[in-house]
Amino acid sequence: MLFKTIKKQDLFDLYFSDVQCIGPKKVGTNYKGKPIYQFLPFSSFDEINLDYETTEYSAKTYFLPYKETLSSFQFKDDDWDQEINYRTRPRVIIGLHPCDINALVKLDKVFEKTLFPNPYYITRRQNTFVVGIDCKKSCDHGFCSSLGSYTVTHGFDLFLTDIGDRYFVKIGSDRAFNALQKIETREITKDDNELYLQTRNKFEDGLEKTVRVENLPNLLDIEFESDVWKKWGDKCLSCGTCAMVCPTCYCYGVTEHISMDFNKSDKIKQLYSCNLNDFAQVAGGHNFRPEPATRLKYRYYHQHRGFVESFGQPMCVGCNRCGRICLAGINPTDVITDLQREQKR
Amino acid sequence: MKYLGIEPQKPKIAIFDFTSCEGCELQLINKEETLADFLNAVEIVRFREASSSYSDDYDIALIEGSVSRNDEVKRLENIRKTAKILVTLGSCACFGGVNQLKNEFDLKSMNREVYGNDPKETINVRPIKDIVPVDIEIPGCPVSKAEVESLICHLVWDSPFQIPVYSVCVECKQRFTTCLFEKGQLCLGPITRAGCNAPCPAGGSGCWGCRGPSVEANYKSFFSIVKEKGFNDIEFRERLNFFGAFGEVKIS
Repeated sequence: MLFKTIKKQDLFDLYFSDVQCIGPKKVGTNYKGKPIYQFLPFSSFDEINLDYETTEYSAKTYFLPYKETLSSFQFKDDDWDQEINYRTRPRVIIGLHPCDINALVKLDKVFEKTLFPNPYYITRRQNTFVVGIDCKKSCDHGFCSSLGSYTVTHGFDLFLTDIGDRYFVKIGSDRAFNALQKIETREITKDDNELYLQTRNKFEDGLEKTVRVENLPNLLDIEFESDVWKKWGDKCLSCGTCAMVCPTCYCYGVTEHISMDFNKSDKIKQLYSCNLNDFAQVAGGHNFRPEPATRLKYRYYHQHRGFVESFGQPMCVGCNRCGRICLAGINPTDVITDLQREQKR
Repeated sequence: MKYLGIEPQKPKIAIFDFTSCEGCELQLINKEETLADFLNAVEIVRFREASSSYSDDYDIALIEGSVSRNDEVKRLENIRKTAKILVTLGSCACFGGVNQLKNEFDLKSMNREVYGNDPKETINVRPIKDIVPVDIEIPGCPVSKAEVESLICHLVWDSPFQIPVYSVCVECKQRFTTCLFEKGQLCLGPITRAGCNAPCPAGGSGCWGCRGPSVEANYKSFFSIVKEKGFNDIEFRERLNFFGAFGEVKIS
Protein backbone atom coordinates (compact mmCIF):
# COMPACT_ATOMS: atom_id res chain seq x y z
CA MET A 1 0.00 0.00 0.00
CA LEU A 2 1.17 3.49 -0.84
CA PHE A 3 0.81 6.02 2.00
CA LYS A 4 0.91 9.81 1.92
CA THR A 5 -0.37 12.60 4.07
CA ILE A 6 -2.38 15.60 2.92
CA LYS A 7 -3.56 18.80 4.55
CA LYS A 8 -7.16 18.32 5.63
CA GLN A 9 -8.57 21.26 3.72
CA ASP A 10 -6.77 20.16 0.54
CA LEU A 11 -9.18 17.23 0.33
CA PHE A 12 -11.82 19.70 -0.81
CA ASP A 13 -9.65 20.79 -3.76
CA LEU A 14 -9.54 17.24 -5.06
CA TYR A 15 -13.11 17.35 -6.19
CA PHE A 16 -14.55 16.93 -8.68
CA SER A 17 -16.79 19.65 -9.90
CA ASP A 18 -17.79 17.61 -12.94
CA VAL A 19 -19.11 14.51 -11.17
CA GLN A 20 -21.82 13.76 -8.68
CA CYS A 21 -20.51 13.67 -5.11
CA ILE A 22 -22.21 11.67 -2.35
CA GLY A 23 -21.41 12.10 1.32
CA PRO A 24 -22.76 11.84 4.86
CA LYS A 25 -25.35 14.60 5.12
CA LYS A 26 -27.33 15.46 8.22
CA VAL A 27 -31.03 15.05 7.43
CA GLY A 28 -32.53 15.66 10.86
CA THR A 29 -32.43 14.88 14.53
CA ASN A 30 -34.00 11.91 16.24
CA TYR A 31 -36.28 12.13 19.27
CA LYS A 32 -33.28 11.70 21.56
CA GLY A 33 -31.62 14.75 20.00
CA LYS A 34 -29.04 12.73 18.06
CA PRO A 35 -28.25 13.80 14.49
CA ILE A 36 -29.40 11.49 11.67
CA TYR A 37 -27.09 11.14 8.67
CA GLN A 38 -27.67 9.69 5.21
CA PHE A 39 -25.39 9.29 2.20
CA LEU A 40 -26.80 11.88 -0.20
CA PRO A 41 -25.60 14.01 -3.10
CA PHE A 42 -23.95 17.28 -2.11
CA SER A 43 -22.61 20.27 -3.97
CA SER A 44 -20.43 21.88 -1.33
CA PHE A 45 -18.30 20.39 1.41
CA ASP A 46 -20.00 22.30 4.21
CA GLU A 47 -23.11 20.17 3.53
CA ILE A 48 -21.37 17.02 4.79
CA ASN A 49 -19.73 16.00 8.04
CA LEU A 50 -16.86 13.51 7.82
CA ASP A 51 -16.90 13.14 11.61
CA TYR A 52 -20.37 11.56 11.48
CA GLU A 53 -20.92 8.55 13.73
CA THR A 54 -23.00 6.41 11.41
CA THR A 55 -25.71 6.73 8.75
CA GLU A 56 -29.31 5.58 8.91
CA TYR A 57 -29.03 3.82 5.53
CA SER A 58 -25.98 2.12 4.08
CA ALA A 59 -24.47 3.33 0.80
CA LYS A 60 -25.40 0.06 -0.91
CA THR A 61 -28.17 1.67 -2.91
CA TYR A 62 -25.56 3.56 -5.01
CA PHE A 63 -24.34 0.15 -6.23
CA LEU A 64 -27.52 -1.90 -5.92
CA PRO A 65 -30.41 0.55 -6.32
CA TYR A 66 -33.66 -0.23 -4.53
CA LYS A 67 -35.26 -0.27 -7.97
CA GLU A 68 -33.67 -0.51 -11.40
CA THR A 69 -34.80 -1.33 -14.91
CA LEU A 70 -32.86 -4.35 -16.15
CA SER A 71 -34.18 -4.22 -19.68
CA SER A 72 -36.99 -2.93 -21.84
CA PHE A 73 -38.77 -4.73 -24.63
CA GLN A 74 -40.45 -2.99 -27.51
CA PHE A 75 -42.75 -4.97 -29.79
CA LYS A 76 -42.29 -4.31 -33.51
CA ASP A 77 -44.58 -6.04 -36.00
CA ASP A 78 -43.95 -9.73 -35.41
CA ASP A 79 -40.66 -9.15 -33.63
CA TRP A 80 -39.34 -7.27 -30.65
CA ASP A 81 -36.31 -5.19 -29.67
CA GLN A 82 -34.58 -5.41 -26.37
CA GLU A 83 -32.85 -2.43 -24.81
CA ILE A 84 -30.36 -2.81 -22.00
CA ASN A 85 -28.56 0.14 -20.49
CA TYR A 86 -25.55 -0.49 -18.29
CA ARG A 87 -24.18 3.00 -18.54
CA THR A 88 -23.80 5.07 -15.42
CA ARG A 89 -22.31 8.46 -14.79
CA PRO A 90 -19.11 8.56 -12.76
CA ARG A 91 -19.62 9.26 -9.11
CA VAL A 92 -17.62 9.97 -5.98
CA ILE A 93 -18.70 8.61 -2.62
CA ILE A 94 -16.82 10.19 0.20
CA GLY A 95 -16.80 9.23 3.86
CA LEU A 96 -17.48 5.49 3.80
CA HIS A 97 -16.42 3.82 7.04
CA PRO A 98 -14.41 0.56 6.99
CA CYS A 99 -17.54 -1.55 7.60
CA ASP A 100 -19.20 -0.12 4.48
CA ILE A 101 -16.12 -0.68 2.32
CA ASN A 102 -15.82 -4.23 3.65
CA ALA A 103 -19.47 -4.63 2.70
CA LEU A 104 -18.63 -3.56 -0.86
CA VAL A 105 -15.76 -6.06 -0.93
CA LYS A 106 -18.29 -8.77 0.01
CA LEU A 107 -20.71 -7.60 -2.69
CA ASP A 108 -17.77 -7.70 -5.15
CA LYS A 109 -17.45 -11.41 -4.39
CA VAL A 110 -21.13 -11.94 -5.15
CA PHE A 111 -21.49 -9.77 -8.23
CA GLU A 112 -18.04 -9.28 -9.73
CA LYS A 113 -15.67 -12.12 -8.83
CA THR A 114 -18.11 -14.86 -9.62
CA LEU A 115 -19.12 -17.25 -12.35
CA PHE A 116 -21.86 -14.93 -13.56
CA PRO A 117 -20.64 -11.35 -13.12
CA ASN A 118 -23.39 -8.77 -12.87
CA PRO A 119 -22.80 -5.95 -15.36
CA TYR A 120 -25.24 -3.61 -13.61
CA TYR A 121 -23.27 -3.83 -10.37
CA ILE A 122 -19.85 -3.77 -12.02
CA THR A 123 -20.54 -0.63 -14.02
CA ARG A 124 -21.61 1.23 -10.88
CA ARG A 125 -18.74 -0.12 -8.82
CA GLN A 126 -16.11 0.76 -11.42
CA ASN A 127 -17.54 4.19 -12.06
CA THR A 128 -17.58 5.09 -8.40
CA PHE A 129 -14.54 6.65 -6.80
CA VAL A 130 -14.64 5.54 -3.18
CA VAL A 131 -13.08 7.69 -0.49
CA GLY A 132 -13.18 6.00 2.89
CA ILE A 133 -12.42 7.34 6.33
CA ASP A 134 -11.63 5.66 9.64
CA CYS A 135 -14.14 5.99 12.48
CA LYS A 136 -13.06 8.12 15.41
CA LYS A 137 -15.00 6.09 17.95
CA SER A 138 -17.20 3.03 17.74
CA CYS A 139 -20.84 3.67 16.86
CA ASP A 140 -23.89 2.89 18.99
CA HIS A 141 -23.90 -0.90 19.53
CA GLY A 142 -21.81 -1.51 16.42
CA PHE A 143 -20.07 -4.87 16.59
CA CYS A 144 -17.64 -4.52 13.69
CA SER A 145 -14.80 -5.80 15.86
CA SER A 146 -16.60 -9.16 16.11
CA LEU A 147 -16.62 -9.38 12.32
CA GLY A 148 -13.13 -7.96 11.83
CA SER A 149 -14.51 -5.19 9.66
CA TYR A 150 -13.33 -2.15 11.62
CA THR A 151 -10.27 -1.99 9.43
CA VAL A 152 -9.97 -2.18 5.65
CA THR A 153 -7.10 -2.84 3.26
CA HIS A 154 -8.74 -2.76 -0.19
CA GLY A 155 -11.95 -2.01 -1.99
CA PHE A 156 -11.44 1.78 -1.99
CA ASP A 157 -9.65 4.39 -4.04
CA LEU A 158 -8.52 6.60 -1.18
CA PHE A 159 -8.73 5.92 2.51
CA LEU A 160 -8.25 8.63 5.13
CA THR A 161 -7.35 8.57 8.78
CA ASP A 162 -7.59 11.79 10.74
CA ILE A 163 -4.25 12.32 12.49
CA GLY A 164 -4.81 15.87 13.69
CA ASP A 165 -4.28 18.64 11.14
CA ARG A 166 -3.56 16.17 8.34
CA TYR A 167 -5.10 13.05 6.83
CA PHE A 168 -3.03 9.91 6.67
CA VAL A 169 -3.95 8.65 3.21
CA LYS A 170 -3.90 5.12 1.83
CA ILE A 171 -3.86 5.06 -1.96
CA GLY A 172 -5.82 2.09 -3.25
CA SER A 173 -5.89 2.64 -7.03
CA ASP A 174 -4.08 4.18 -10.01
CA ARG A 175 -6.83 6.67 -10.53
CA ALA A 176 -6.53 7.75 -6.88
CA PHE A 177 -2.80 8.23 -7.34
CA ASN A 178 -3.47 10.38 -10.39
CA ALA A 179 -6.18 12.36 -8.65
CA LEU A 180 -3.75 13.20 -5.84
CA GLN A 181 -1.46 14.96 -8.34
CA LYS A 182 -3.94 17.85 -8.21
CA ILE A 183 -3.00 18.67 -4.62
CA GLU A 184 0.10 18.78 -2.50
CA THR A 185 0.93 15.46 -0.86
CA ARG A 186 3.72 14.74 1.60
CA GLU A 187 5.80 11.61 1.92
CA ILE A 188 5.19 9.68 5.12
CA THR A 189 7.51 10.51 8.00
CA LYS A 190 8.32 8.39 11.03
CA ASP A 191 6.13 10.72 13.07
CA ASP A 192 3.20 10.22 10.67
CA ASN A 193 3.46 6.46 11.00
CA GLU A 194 3.54 6.70 14.77
CA LEU A 195 0.63 9.10 14.86
CA TYR A 196 -1.39 6.85 12.57
CA LEU A 197 -0.72 3.75 14.64
CA GLN A 198 -1.45 5.58 17.89
CA THR A 199 -4.77 6.81 16.48
CA ARG A 200 -5.73 3.33 15.38
CA ASN A 201 -4.62 1.70 18.63
CA LYS A 202 -6.65 4.19 20.60
CA PHE A 203 -9.70 3.37 18.48
CA GLU A 204 -9.17 -0.36 18.82
CA ASP A 205 -8.80 -0.07 22.59
CA GLY A 206 -12.23 1.57 22.70
CA LEU A 207 -13.88 -1.35 20.91
CA GLU A 208 -15.71 -4.02 22.80
CA LYS A 209 -15.91 -7.40 21.17
CA THR A 210 -19.56 -8.09 21.71
CA VAL A 211 -20.29 -11.44 20.14
CA ARG A 212 -18.27 -14.42 18.92
CA VAL A 213 -19.29 -15.47 15.42
CA GLU A 214 -16.58 -17.96 14.48
CA ASN A 215 -18.58 -21.09 15.28
CA LEU A 216 -21.95 -19.72 14.13
CA PRO A 217 -22.23 -21.91 11.01
CA ASN A 218 -22.20 -24.99 13.25
CA LEU A 219 -24.24 -23.46 16.06
CA LEU A 220 -26.96 -22.37 13.62
CA ASP A 221 -27.28 -25.92 12.31
CA ILE A 222 -27.52 -27.30 15.82
CA GLU A 223 -30.10 -24.69 16.89
CA PHE A 224 -32.30 -25.01 13.79
CA GLU A 225 -35.34 -25.90 15.89
CA SER A 226 -34.53 -23.55 18.78
CA ASP A 227 -37.29 -21.61 20.57
CA VAL A 228 -35.08 -18.56 20.21
CA TRP A 229 -36.40 -18.14 16.66
CA LYS A 230 -39.98 -18.07 17.88
CA LYS A 231 -39.13 -15.59 20.64
CA TRP A 232 -37.68 -13.09 18.15
CA GLY A 233 -39.98 -14.09 15.30
CA ASP A 234 -43.03 -13.19 17.40
CA LYS A 235 -41.68 -9.65 17.68
CA CYS A 236 -40.79 -9.35 13.98
CA LEU A 237 -43.06 -7.01 12.00
CA SER A 238 -41.92 -8.55 8.68
CA CYS A 239 -41.37 -5.00 7.43
CA GLY A 240 -38.07 -5.76 5.68
CA THR A 241 -36.40 -2.64 7.04
CA CYS A 242 -33.37 -4.62 8.29
CA ALA A 243 -32.54 -5.84 4.80
CA MET A 244 -33.20 -2.44 3.23
CA VAL A 245 -30.67 -0.63 5.45
CA CYS A 246 -28.16 -3.51 5.47
CA PRO A 247 -24.98 -2.77 3.50
CA THR A 248 -24.78 -6.35 2.21
CA CYS A 249 -28.34 -7.75 1.84
CA TYR A 250 -28.78 -8.11 -1.90
CA CYS A 251 -31.80 -10.40 -2.44
CA TYR A 252 -34.24 -9.11 -5.02
CA GLY A 253 -37.34 -9.78 -7.07
CA VAL A 254 -38.02 -9.04 -10.74
CA THR A 255 -41.38 -8.01 -12.14
CA GLU A 256 -42.68 -7.13 -15.59
CA HIS A 257 -44.29 -3.74 -16.08
CA ILE A 258 -46.35 -3.62 -19.25
CA SER A 259 -47.01 -0.22 -20.75
CA MET A 260 -50.60 0.94 -21.21
CA ASP A 261 -50.34 0.76 -25.01
CA PHE A 262 -49.21 -2.89 -24.57
CA ASN A 263 -46.26 -2.27 -26.89
CA LYS A 264 -43.51 -2.10 -24.34
CA SER A 265 -42.52 -3.86 -21.17
CA ASP A 266 -39.90 -3.12 -18.53
CA LYS A 267 -38.23 -5.77 -16.46
CA ILE A 268 -37.81 -4.11 -13.08
CA LYS A 269 -35.58 -5.41 -10.33
CA GLN A 270 -36.45 -4.46 -6.78
CA LEU A 271 -34.39 -5.24 -3.69
CA TYR A 272 -36.50 -7.52 -1.54
CA SER A 273 -36.15 -8.83 1.98
CA CYS A 274 -36.31 -12.43 3.15
CA ASN A 275 -38.49 -11.16 6.01
CA LEU A 276 -41.32 -10.08 3.70
CA ASN A 277 -44.32 -12.38 3.78
CA ASP A 278 -44.18 -13.64 0.19
CA PHE A 279 -40.39 -13.94 -0.15
CA ALA A 280 -40.57 -17.72 -0.43
CA GLN A 281 -43.94 -17.91 -2.16
CA VAL A 282 -43.76 -19.76 -5.45
CA ALA A 283 -45.91 -20.17 -8.56
CA GLY A 284 -49.14 -21.87 -7.58
CA GLY A 285 -49.24 -19.95 -4.32
CA HIS A 286 -47.36 -22.20 -1.91
CA ASN A 287 -45.35 -20.27 0.67
CA PHE A 288 -42.33 -22.19 1.95
CA ARG A 289 -41.80 -19.76 4.84
CA PRO A 290 -45.18 -18.53 6.03
CA GLU A 291 -44.12 -17.78 9.63
CA PRO A 292 -42.15 -14.63 10.53
CA ALA A 293 -39.90 -16.75 12.79
CA THR A 294 -38.81 -18.96 9.90
CA ARG A 295 -38.14 -15.98 7.68
CA LEU A 296 -36.13 -14.25 10.41
CA LYS A 297 -34.15 -17.45 10.97
CA TYR A 298 -33.23 -17.71 7.31
CA ARG A 299 -31.98 -14.14 7.29
CA TYR A 300 -29.48 -15.13 9.98
CA TYR A 301 -28.72 -18.35 8.11
CA HIS A 302 -27.82 -16.46 4.96
CA GLN A 303 -25.75 -13.88 6.81
CA HIS A 304 -23.86 -16.20 9.14
CA ARG A 305 -23.98 -19.67 7.63
CA GLY A 306 -24.79 -19.82 3.90
CA PHE A 307 -22.47 -16.96 3.02
CA VAL A 308 -19.67 -18.50 5.09
CA GLU A 309 -20.03 -21.76 3.16
CA SER A 310 -19.84 -19.94 -0.16
CA PHE A 311 -17.28 -17.27 0.57
CA GLY A 312 -15.45 -18.29 3.75
CA GLN A 313 -16.67 -15.34 5.80
CA PRO A 314 -19.95 -14.00 7.17
CA MET A 315 -21.97 -11.55 5.10
CA CYS A 316 -22.59 -9.31 8.12
CA VAL A 317 -20.10 -6.49 8.81
CA GLY A 318 -21.45 -5.61 12.25
CA CYS A 319 -22.62 -2.06 11.48
CA ASN A 320 -25.81 -2.71 13.50
CA ARG A 321 -27.92 -0.50 11.21
CA CYS A 322 -30.56 -3.25 11.28
CA GLY A 323 -30.45 -3.41 15.06
CA ARG A 324 -30.73 0.34 15.55
CA ILE A 325 -33.59 0.84 13.12
CA CYS A 326 -35.69 -2.23 14.07
CA LEU A 327 -38.87 -1.05 15.81
CA ALA A 328 -39.24 -4.45 17.44
CA GLY A 329 -35.77 -4.25 18.97
CA ILE A 330 -34.40 -7.25 17.08
CA ASN A 331 -30.61 -6.94 16.81
CA PRO A 332 -27.94 -9.43 15.81
CA THR A 333 -25.91 -9.36 19.03
CA ASP A 334 -28.95 -10.19 21.18
CA VAL A 335 -30.25 -12.89 18.84
CA ILE A 336 -26.83 -14.54 18.50
CA THR A 337 -26.13 -14.29 22.24
CA ASP A 338 -29.52 -15.91 22.90
CA LEU A 339 -28.62 -18.83 20.64
CA GLN A 340 -25.26 -19.25 22.33
CA ARG A 341 -26.93 -19.27 25.76
CA GLU A 342 -29.35 -21.88 24.51
CA GLN A 343 -26.43 -24.16 23.78
CA LYS A 344 -24.96 -23.72 27.25
CA ARG A 345 -28.19 -24.60 28.99
CA MET B 1 -52.32 -7.97 -31.65
CA LYS B 2 -51.98 -11.53 -30.46
CA TYR B 3 -49.16 -12.37 -28.07
CA LEU B 4 -48.01 -15.88 -27.10
CA GLY B 5 -51.26 -17.17 -28.51
CA ILE B 6 -53.32 -14.94 -26.25
CA GLU B 7 -56.02 -12.86 -27.86
CA PRO B 8 -56.39 -9.59 -25.95
CA GLN B 9 -59.82 -8.71 -24.59
CA LYS B 10 -61.41 -5.31 -24.83
CA PRO B 11 -63.55 -5.43 -21.73
CA LYS B 12 -66.63 -3.27 -21.36
CA ILE B 13 -66.21 -1.29 -18.18
CA ALA B 14 -68.76 0.65 -16.15
CA ILE B 15 -67.78 2.93 -13.32
CA PHE B 16 -70.15 3.53 -10.43
CA ASP B 17 -70.00 5.87 -7.48
CA PHE B 18 -71.52 5.30 -4.09
CA THR B 19 -70.97 7.36 -0.93
CA SER B 20 -67.58 9.01 -1.57
CA CYS B 21 -65.79 12.16 -2.65
CA GLU B 22 -65.39 10.79 -6.21
CA GLY B 23 -61.67 11.38 -5.94
CA CYS B 24 -60.85 7.84 -7.02
CA GLU B 25 -62.80 8.37 -10.23
CA LEU B 26 -60.81 11.53 -10.77
CA GLN B 27 -57.66 9.40 -10.45
CA LEU B 28 -58.92 7.29 -13.36
CA ILE B 29 -58.63 10.28 -15.66
CA ASN B 30 -55.32 11.36 -14.17
CA LYS B 31 -51.82 10.44 -15.40
CA GLU B 32 -52.22 12.16 -18.75
CA GLU B 33 -49.16 10.57 -20.35
CA THR B 34 -50.96 7.24 -20.59
CA LEU B 35 -54.57 8.41 -20.49
CA ALA B 36 -55.23 7.96 -24.22
CA ASP B 37 -53.80 4.43 -24.16
CA PHE B 38 -55.82 3.65 -21.05
CA LEU B 39 -59.02 4.76 -22.77
CA ASN B 40 -58.07 2.77 -25.89
CA ALA B 41 -57.42 -0.44 -24.00
CA VAL B 42 -60.94 -0.77 -22.72
CA GLU B 43 -64.43 0.27 -23.68
CA ILE B 44 -65.86 2.55 -21.04
CA VAL B 45 -69.64 2.30 -21.36
CA ARG B 46 -70.57 4.26 -18.27
CA PHE B 47 -68.63 6.84 -16.30
CA ARG B 48 -70.77 9.64 -14.91
CA GLU B 49 -67.86 11.87 -13.91
CA ALA B 50 -66.14 11.79 -17.30
CA SER B 51 -68.47 10.56 -20.00
CA SER B 52 -71.99 11.04 -21.37
CA SER B 53 -72.28 7.39 -22.43
CA TYR B 54 -74.77 5.42 -20.40
CA SER B 55 -75.21 1.70 -20.82
CA ASP B 56 -76.17 -1.32 -18.76
CA ASP B 57 -74.19 -3.64 -21.00
CA TYR B 58 -70.88 -4.18 -19.19
CA ASP B 59 -68.52 -6.97 -18.06
CA ILE B 60 -66.53 -5.16 -15.43
CA ALA B 61 -67.87 -2.87 -12.71
CA LEU B 62 -65.46 -0.52 -10.97
CA ILE B 63 -67.02 0.73 -7.78
CA GLU B 64 -66.06 3.76 -5.78
CA GLY B 65 -67.57 4.61 -2.41
CA SER B 66 -69.27 2.89 0.48
CA VAL B 67 -72.91 2.14 1.14
CA SER B 68 -74.77 4.57 3.42
CA ARG B 69 -78.41 4.35 2.24
CA ASN B 70 -80.84 1.48 1.68
CA ASP B 71 -81.39 2.38 -1.99
CA GLU B 72 -77.63 1.95 -2.50
CA VAL B 73 -77.93 -1.66 -1.35
CA LYS B 74 -80.48 -2.40 -4.10
CA ARG B 75 -78.43 -0.58 -6.73
CA LEU B 76 -75.32 -2.52 -5.73
CA GLU B 77 -77.09 -5.87 -5.89
CA ASN B 78 -78.24 -5.09 -9.42
CA ILE B 79 -74.72 -4.18 -10.49
CA ARG B 80 -73.44 -7.46 -9.05
CA LYS B 81 -75.99 -9.37 -11.13
CA THR B 82 -74.73 -7.80 -14.35
CA ALA B 83 -70.98 -7.61 -13.73
CA LYS B 84 -68.79 -10.63 -14.42
CA ILE B 85 -66.02 -9.01 -12.39
CA LEU B 86 -66.65 -6.50 -9.63
CA VAL B 87 -63.75 -4.34 -8.49
CA THR B 88 -63.77 -2.00 -5.52
CA LEU B 89 -61.68 1.14 -5.89
CA GLY B 90 -60.38 3.04 -2.89
CA SER B 91 -60.67 2.98 0.89
CA CYS B 92 -64.40 3.82 1.02
CA ALA B 93 -65.41 0.92 -1.22
CA CYS B 94 -62.90 -1.49 0.36
CA PHE B 95 -63.23 -0.59 4.05
CA GLY B 96 -65.95 2.06 4.45
CA GLY B 97 -63.35 4.80 4.40
CA VAL B 98 -63.65 8.13 6.16
CA ASN B 99 -67.44 7.84 5.87
CA GLN B 100 -67.61 5.00 8.39
CA LEU B 101 -66.43 7.36 11.14
CA LYS B 102 -70.08 8.28 11.59
CA ASN B 103 -70.80 4.70 12.73
CA GLU B 104 -69.26 5.58 16.06
CA PHE B 105 -72.02 8.11 16.77
CA ASP B 106 -75.76 8.03 17.16
CA LEU B 107 -77.27 8.10 13.67
CA LYS B 108 -80.16 10.45 14.53
CA SER B 109 -78.04 13.07 16.18
CA MET B 110 -75.52 12.87 13.33
CA ASN B 111 -78.33 13.40 10.85
CA ARG B 112 -79.46 16.47 12.80
CA GLU B 113 -75.91 17.77 13.05
CA VAL B 114 -75.41 17.65 9.29
CA TYR B 115 -78.88 18.28 7.82
CA GLY B 116 -80.57 20.24 10.62
CA ASN B 117 -84.36 20.20 10.24
CA ASP B 118 -84.23 18.44 6.88
CA PRO B 119 -83.04 14.91 7.87
CA LYS B 120 -82.07 12.40 5.16
CA GLU B 121 -82.58 8.67 5.08
CA THR B 122 -79.33 7.05 6.18
CA ILE B 123 -77.91 3.78 7.53
CA ASN B 124 -74.62 2.80 9.09
CA VAL B 125 -71.81 2.92 6.51
CA ARG B 126 -70.67 -0.42 5.13
CA PRO B 127 -67.95 -1.45 2.70
CA ILE B 128 -69.04 -3.05 -0.59
CA LYS B 129 -67.86 -6.53 0.40
CA ASP B 130 -70.34 -6.49 3.31
CA ILE B 131 -73.20 -6.48 0.79
CA VAL B 132 -72.02 -8.37 -2.31
CA PRO B 133 -69.01 -10.56 -3.16
CA VAL B 134 -66.02 -8.55 -4.45
CA ASP B 135 -63.58 -10.08 -6.95
CA ILE B 136 -60.70 -7.62 -6.79
CA GLU B 137 -59.89 -4.88 -4.28
CA ILE B 138 -57.66 -1.90 -5.00
CA PRO B 139 -57.37 0.03 -1.74
CA GLY B 140 -56.05 3.55 -1.13
CA CYS B 141 -57.20 7.11 -0.62
CA PRO B 142 -57.22 7.87 -3.42
CA VAL B 143 -56.62 4.76 -5.49
CA SER B 144 -53.30 4.60 -7.35
CA LYS B 145 -53.65 4.94 -11.12
CA ALA B 146 -50.63 2.68 -11.61
CA GLU B 147 -52.48 -0.13 -9.85
CA VAL B 148 -55.58 0.56 -11.95
CA GLU B 149 -53.39 0.22 -15.06
CA SER B 150 -52.08 -3.08 -13.76
CA LEU B 151 -55.71 -4.18 -13.33
CA ILE B 152 -56.41 -3.20 -16.95
CA CYS B 153 -53.42 -5.31 -18.10
CA HIS B 154 -54.86 -8.18 -16.11
CA LEU B 155 -58.30 -7.77 -17.68
CA VAL B 156 -56.97 -7.41 -21.22
CA TRP B 157 -54.13 -9.96 -21.21
CA ASP B 158 -54.87 -12.10 -18.19
CA SER B 159 -51.47 -11.16 -16.75
CA PRO B 160 -51.39 -11.50 -12.95
CA PHE B 161 -52.86 -8.61 -10.99
CA GLN B 162 -50.63 -8.07 -8.01
CA ILE B 163 -50.43 -5.48 -5.31
CA PRO B 164 -47.70 -5.57 -2.67
CA VAL B 165 -48.28 -7.86 0.31
CA TYR B 166 -45.60 -6.11 2.36
CA SER B 167 -45.88 -2.98 4.47
CA VAL B 168 -45.26 0.69 3.70
CA CYS B 169 -41.84 0.53 5.45
CA VAL B 170 -40.27 -0.91 2.29
CA GLU B 171 -41.37 2.08 0.23
CA CYS B 172 -40.16 4.55 2.88
CA LYS B 173 -36.74 2.95 2.61
CA GLN B 174 -36.86 3.14 -1.18
CA ARG B 175 -37.20 6.91 -0.96
CA PHE B 176 -34.81 7.45 1.99
CA THR B 177 -37.50 8.60 4.38
CA THR B 178 -36.34 8.67 7.99
CA CYS B 179 -38.55 6.41 10.09
CA LEU B 180 -41.18 8.60 11.78
CA PHE B 181 -40.87 6.63 15.02
CA GLU B 182 -37.22 7.74 15.05
CA LYS B 183 -38.56 11.30 15.07
CA GLY B 184 -41.00 10.48 17.85
CA GLN B 185 -44.10 10.37 15.65
CA LEU B 186 -46.85 7.80 15.25
CA CYS B 187 -47.10 5.92 11.94
CA LEU B 188 -49.19 2.95 10.80
CA GLY B 189 -46.67 2.11 8.06
CA PRO B 190 -45.45 -1.15 9.64
CA ILE B 191 -48.93 -2.72 9.47
CA THR B 192 -50.24 -1.01 6.32
CA ARG B 193 -50.07 -2.43 2.80
CA ALA B 194 -47.58 -0.73 0.49
CA GLY B 195 -48.28 0.33 -3.08
CA CYS B 196 -48.83 4.04 -2.50
CA ASN B 197 -45.10 4.89 -2.65
CA ALA B 198 -45.32 6.18 0.93
CA PRO B 199 -46.06 9.87 0.29
CA CYS B 200 -47.43 10.62 3.78
CA PRO B 201 -44.39 9.60 5.85
CA ALA B 202 -42.20 11.43 3.32
CA GLY B 203 -44.37 14.50 3.88
CA GLY B 204 -43.92 14.14 7.63
CA SER B 205 -47.42 13.13 8.69
CA GLY B 206 -47.01 9.39 9.25
CA CYS B 207 -49.13 6.69 7.65
CA TRP B 208 -52.88 6.66 8.38
CA GLY B 209 -53.50 3.20 6.99
CA CYS B 210 -55.69 4.10 4.00
CA ARG B 211 -54.59 0.95 2.15
CA GLY B 212 -55.55 -1.38 4.95
CA PRO B 213 -53.47 -4.11 6.55
CA SER B 214 -50.41 -5.65 4.93
CA VAL B 215 -50.69 -9.41 4.59
CA GLU B 216 -50.49 -11.00 8.06
CA ALA B 217 -49.65 -7.73 9.79
CA ASN B 218 -48.17 -8.40 13.23
CA TYR B 219 -50.67 -6.41 15.32
CA LYS B 220 -49.61 -7.85 18.65
CA SER B 221 -46.00 -6.80 18.29
CA PHE B 222 -46.88 -3.45 16.70
CA PHE B 223 -49.40 -2.54 19.40
CA SER B 224 -46.92 -3.26 22.16
CA ILE B 225 -44.28 -1.16 20.37
CA VAL B 226 -46.73 1.75 20.08
CA LYS B 227 -47.58 1.45 23.77
CA GLU B 228 -43.95 1.14 24.81
CA LYS B 229 -43.12 4.29 22.88
CA GLY B 230 -45.71 6.13 24.93
CA PHE B 231 -48.37 7.03 22.35
CA ASN B 232 -51.73 7.40 23.98
CA ASP B 233 -54.48 4.93 23.33
CA ILE B 234 -57.00 7.49 22.09
CA GLU B 235 -54.63 8.94 19.50
CA PHE B 236 -53.71 5.45 18.32
CA ARG B 237 -57.32 4.24 18.18
CA GLU B 238 -58.41 7.33 16.24
CA ARG B 239 -55.75 6.71 13.66
CA LEU B 240 -56.53 3.00 13.32
CA ASN B 241 -60.22 3.80 12.87
CA PHE B 242 -59.75 6.65 10.42
CA PHE B 243 -60.30 4.68 7.20
CA GLY B 244 -62.07 1.76 8.84
CA ALA B 245 -59.43 -0.57 7.46
CA PHE B 246 -58.45 -2.09 10.79
CA GLY B 247 -62.00 -2.45 12.05
CA GLU B 248 -61.78 -5.96 13.39
CA VAL B 249 -58.54 -5.41 15.24
CA LYS B 250 -58.69 -5.04 19.01
CA ILE B 251 -56.10 -2.96 20.81
CA SER B 252 -54.85 -5.09 23.66
